Amino acid sequence: MRTILFLIQKEFLQIFRNKGMIPIIFAVPIVQLVIIVHAATFELKNVNLYVVDNDRTTTSRSIIHQFEGSHFFSLSGFSFNYSDGEESLRRNSSDAVLCIPRGFEKKLVEGQSTGFQMVVNAINGSAGGLINGYTVSMVNEFNRGLSSGRANFTLTKPKFIDLTYSFWYNPELNYTTFMVPGILVILVTVISLLLSGMNIVKEKEIGTIEQINVSPIRKYQFITGKLVPTLIIALFELSFGLVIGKIFFNIPLEGNLLLLFLSAFIYILVILGMGLMVSTFANTQQQAMFVSFFFMIVFLLMSGLFTSVENMPQWAQTLNQINPVAHFIRIIRMILLKGSGFQDIQNNLAYLLGLAFLSLSLAIRRYRKTV
Amino acid sequence: MSETEPVIIVKDLVKKFGSFIANDHLSFEVYKGEIFGFLGANGAGKTTAIRILCGLSSPTSGEIMVAGYNAYNEADKIKKNIGYMSQKFSLYEDLTVTENIRLYGGIYGLSRKEIRSRTAELLEKLEIASVKDTLIRDLPLGWRQKLAFSVAIIHQPGIVFLDEPTGGVDPITRRQFWEMIYVTAHEGITVFVTTHYLDEAEYCDRVTIMTDGKIMALDTPLNLKKQFEVNTINEVFLKLARNT
Repeated sequence: MRTILFLIQKEFLQIFRNKGMIPIIFAVPIVQLVIIVHAATFELKNVNLYVVDNDRTTTSRSIIHQFEGSHFFSLSGFSFNYSDGEESLRRNSSDAVLCIPRGFEKKLVEGQSTGFQMVVNAINGSAGGLINGYTVSMVNEFNRGLSSGRANFTLTKPKFIDLTYSFWYNPELNYTTFMVPGILVILVTVISLLLSGMNIVKEKEIGTIEQINVSPIRKYQFITGKLVPTLIIALFELSFGLVIGKIFFNIPLEGNLLLLFLSAFIYILVILGMGLMVSTFANTQQQAMFVSFFFMIVFLLMSGLFTSVENMPQWAQTLNQINPVAHFIRIIRMILLKGSGFQDIQNNLAYLLGLAFLSLSLAIRRYRKTV
Repeated sequence: MSETEPVIIVKDLVKKFGSFIANDHLSFEVYKGEIFGFLGANGAGKTTAIRILCGLSSPTSGEIMVAGYNAYNEADKIKKNIGYMSQKFSLYEDLTVTENIRLYGGIYGLSRKEIRSRTAELLEKLEIASVKDTLIRDLPLGWRQKLAFSVAIIHQPGIVFLDEPTGGVDPITRRQFWEMIYVTAHEGITVFVTTHYLDEAEYCDRVTIMTDGKIMALDTPLNLKKQFEVNTINEVFLKLARNT
């Protein structure tokens, strides 16, 4: 135990003496949260809409007004000629072209069904989908106005299905609320993986590991001495990130923070075990960096951080059950946004605990052999 | 010097890396309190042998006893009783002089009080009190090597292994270094030192000359010179090297 304390003291001295370290510990969370959360958003505002009105009637104008009035769309141009709209789409000055055909109002008045065309730039598929969704809801609203308007004439009560939404756990559909917990996971993962793996490989590179190996230090003491400081720093990063999230984004903290930190503790152990494993294979920091990044990118992209896991193909979802990042993202979102308790996350937690045990014991086993 | 008490016994030590034989049936004994020199050109197998004796590498076959313990199953006990200073620089460059002494003292189980008194002793002996809070990376190489040697024996082991300790050090510091080795041996610590500076061999009580993984000669410098009818160990070495 005393030996471990001496080693931990040494690690902290080295970490804080490294001039690059303090800025990394404090700047990285701020930059990641403030910049990425604001920039990497799926919300679509200010869709540039080009309008081609071939009908030129009151009805067509009222449809255009409706689009103009919504905060999703802003008019980027207007023409009576469809090819102007296409040209604008090609030049990327518009995201969509709304085209109302001639005789639109006439058909409506005669009680015939009619339509207009929406041409969407769908290079970004999800943005295209969103524009489509907005348009449909707009048309529905217009239809409703139309039927109730006609109802005044016929004096019959209009009947249609009225759909009301209630968005639970994120009532304002606030994107940052969804994103911040995910970014916190990236933060904790990167710090734990890189600090732990790099650190041991660095000793290999410099050669100090020889001096350690020739001493009576036990492997578990050496490894504990390496992992504890990283664990403390990673947990500190999480707290620091939560504070920033609360101050800048007012993210909800619904659940039990103690439970969150317990989960984070277990998750960090998993990542530390992996970092340690990488360090037993790698002989240089460069190798360790490459291997770590490979795993990190796969794990993070599969984790449901940016894209919903439920939308992934079945094989990917199955594969994801072994992805620790996916489990922790689920846990952190459930605790922070839903206020989930222990019962709700116990399966994820049990899996992480098992994985932590596995990865650490494998890493320690392998580590012995390399000496 | 009691020449009768062996602290290292090696019998038929073989170490193979694939088909390459780094150590070919080495057999020797090292006695308590002596300065035992291990000479050889680069690649002769000195470092391989020293790493095996320290428990950093396991032998392919052979019997090895270090400080009374078997190298195969009592490596932990051996590690408590030896000091080691490697070819590569072994102190932490981003820690200060006192922090390094404290760390290694702690690793070898010294109490805080012992660490404090040893630190003071060391700083005085090496005359480096003025740089005690200086990072190792800012010290000249000679100072670092002397400090590394002192740190390697901070727990007063029975044997200290020095793997080319004077590599790249200026002649004056080398001389001072050898004075430290004499003092250490005088205190009863056995010194096992590898080198490829053949003049240093003259300072040893007994020397072993290795070429191509084999021990070619083992005796006191005086006897070796007599045996080969030459004036310096250098000439002994050249004679041996030519024969292979």
